[in-house]
Amino acid sequence: MKQTLDYLKETPSQTAGPYVHIGLAPGAAGFDIYREELGWDIAGPHAKGERIRVEGIVIDGTGSPIKDVLLEAWQANAEGIYAHPEHDGEVEEGFRGWGRVITDFKTGEWAFDTVKPGPVMGRNGQMMAPHINLWLVARGINIGLNTRIYFDDEAEANAADPIINTIEWERRRQTLIARRTEREGKVIYRFDVKLQGEDETVFFDI
Amino acid sequence: MNHKGEFYQRDRDWHPPAYDKGYKTSVTRSPQYALISLENTPSEITGPVFGHNDIDPLDNDLIGNYAKPGESPIGERIIVHGRVLDENARPVPNTLVEIWQANAGGRYRHKMDTYLAPIDPNFGGCGRTLTDENGYYYFRTVKPGAYPWRNYINSWRPAHIHVSVFGSGFVQRLITQLYFEGDPLIPHCPIVNTIPDPDAIQQLVARLDLNATIPLDTVAYKFDIVLRGRRSTLFENRLEGN
Repeated sequence: MKQTLDYLKETPSQTAGPYVHIGLAPGAAGFDIYREELGWDIAGPHAKGERIRVEGIVIDGTGSPIKDVLLEAWQANAEGIYAHPEHDGEVEEGFRGWGRVITDFKTGEWAFDTVKPGPVMGRNGQMMAPHINLWLVARGINIGLNTRIYFDDEAEANAADPIINTIEWERRRQTLIARRTEREGKVIYRFDVKLQGEDETVFFDI
Repeated sequence: MNHKGEFYQRDRDWHPPAYDKGYKTSVTRSPQYALISLENTPSEITGPVFGHNDIDPLDNDLIGNYAKPGESPIGERIIVHGRVLDENARPVPNTLVEIWQANAGGRYRHKMDTYLAPIDPNFGGCGRTLTDENGYYYFRTVKPGAYPWRNYINSWRPAHIHVSVFGSGFVQRLITQLYFEGDPLIPHCPIVNTIPDPDAIQQLVARLDLNATIPLDTVAYKFDIVLRGRRSTLFENRLEGN
């Protein structure tokens, strides 16, 4: 018998299209169908750590905001634990660490509320700086784009982060750093994503 | 800690490239620099977990989940069913599958859709379900209609259902589109044709499945979904420590 490699091929990706909201955020499409939409509450009421908001826009190659993006966030809790059976440790009740947001149809602004994640142990005993994993899809994006949000008040941890240091060009590393401000007593991190052009955001093949 | 292996690298030549001049919207929305390749860390091999508390039993029935009592949407009644597998052909159990689609006339229930085909008062157009322990899922819906879109002036989308799947790790996250066997619009679609390999396109074409049809009631289509597989070999790269 001839030997064969009987692996299957991954299903190919297709764009989420302009009406992604119908499936993943129907309230935004203009109708109420599910008991509860998924992904609006990332951290839950009992999560420890600093409450933060992360906000931004996604900009295309012409410099214009994109108004039909859907973003998903995946993060550890303040102690660096992911709510997943393969990660050691317990998370607070109600902490899922996953969120889903869409951009405003008029302005392209998006924002989500969460807690600031803690550092997470990476490969070979190297600690990763606090970060939120981000995945985004939209009309015209043929396969979802992966990036990471780091925090500008974690300069020391960022400087030692093995993922940031994988990026050869120091200038490009800056595209992954969210900028901290405060507004009306709330901690806000600004994270704009540029799909193309000058200062294009670093995207990962994970 | 359960030391399962890393996920196989994604075959980027099997997927559509970010930039495809035939799909015009991709031109200004495609990164120009090469993606930075990362080895899996716990941030990639983990991902959100969903349970039956998150959804309702009727959520996978698009014929019933938005219809007024005693009414149902217009259109060809269909079942879409199949398994979520990984590249090792192992089932992916208990994973969230979400779908959305136009109605039988090709109109979406979306405030931004202005196509002249009418909204169906009994059709929402979205559904969600969890795969069972064998990776099996099913939806009941009506077959979506084709519709025109502005790419070229005479561009038409083949009938399709958008499909979103999670898997167990964030690296497996996937959104794709399901097409229907025999649809003559498939080879003309600029979005379909972003996929370079004809065999890969065939992986998105659901097959008529007469065995799963409910006689005198609903016709069935089979659509298996494959997510990235992971290593299980003996000489594993350790994710932690040395």
